[in-house]
Amino acid sequence: MALVKVYVTLKPTLLDAQGRVVQNALASMGYDTVKQVRVGKYLEMHVDGEGEALRKQVTEMCDKLLANPVIENYRFEVGE
Amino acid sequence: MKFGVVRFPGSNCDQDAYYVLRDVLNVPVDYIWHADTDVRSYDCIVLPGGFSYGDYLRTGAIARFAPVMDSLRAHAERGKFLIGICNGFQVLCEAHLLPGALVRNVGLKFICRQVHLRVENTGTPWTTDARTERPLRIPIAHGEGCYVADGDTLAELHAGNRILFRYCDSGGHPTPESNPNGSVDNIAGIANASFNVLGMMPHPERASERLLGSDDGRGIFASVIKRIARL
Repeated sequence: MALVKVYVTLKPTLLDAQGRVVQNALASMGYDTVKQVRVGKYLEMHVDGEGEALRKQVTEMCDKLLANPVIENYRFEVGE
Repeated sequence: MKFGVVRFPGSNCDQDAYYVLRDVLNVPVDYIWHADTDVRSYDCIVLPGGFSYGDYLRTGAIARFAPVMDSLRAHAERGKFLIGICNGFQVLCEAHLLPGALVRNVGLKFICRQVHLRVENTGTPWTTDARTERPLRIPIAHGEGCYVADGDTLAELHAGNRILFRYCDSGGHPTPESNPNGSVDNIAGIANASFNVLGMMPHPERASERLLGSDDGRGIFASVIKRIARL
């Protein structure tokens, strides 16, 4: 069983309204060193499989469902 | 002539659409369950508003894989009519039956209020009967209605006159102030290249009777009813 960690982020070309509000909140708390915040999604999946076959399957899952390629990018890590 | 209204778990404008079609426009209409796989008897199918599958992951993302969706794709490919309203529009984008995507409103708030819409193309099956002497008054009710698309997609939409509705002010001008959610080019509704598939964030089914404040939405249903009657 592999632990797959998937990170989904809005494409850099899209305005992240949520991220901007979080950045403003941080600034109002005094953390004015924060120049940009982008909010994404993080998924943990326990998946049977390993190696290239597993990576191929997870890529498919990301392309089909976990991310929307029109607005999002994704990357994933496979661990134990 | 027969209309169908799809019900996903979490749809909540299905009854409104059904009521308007059956009782206001007097056309035969059935509900279509999300697990149904045969929609061949329908001329026009409505994907209603709501929060299908709780809007989990992304709006429309789970609904896109509902059993009914393959038959809806075939329905659209046969040239039959398909309209997605609000969450239905989000589902159509996720299913790639329409280009682009709908993301969080730029102000982050869920907005429920009347907006003005300018009808950009009156030559489509959805807009021949739409009022044009002044902008349409139709309500929106969404948190994720900000339409986004890449430059090539936008150019295609413009070139094909596929942007059917744009948010505008009461005088019919699509200004930044009249854009409720940050949609690119004030886009409120678009069609596919053959114009049999329409997606729009505003709710025409909530604006189909004077009693409810506006019947400007009725023209959209009336247009497609006329078109089907002529076929």
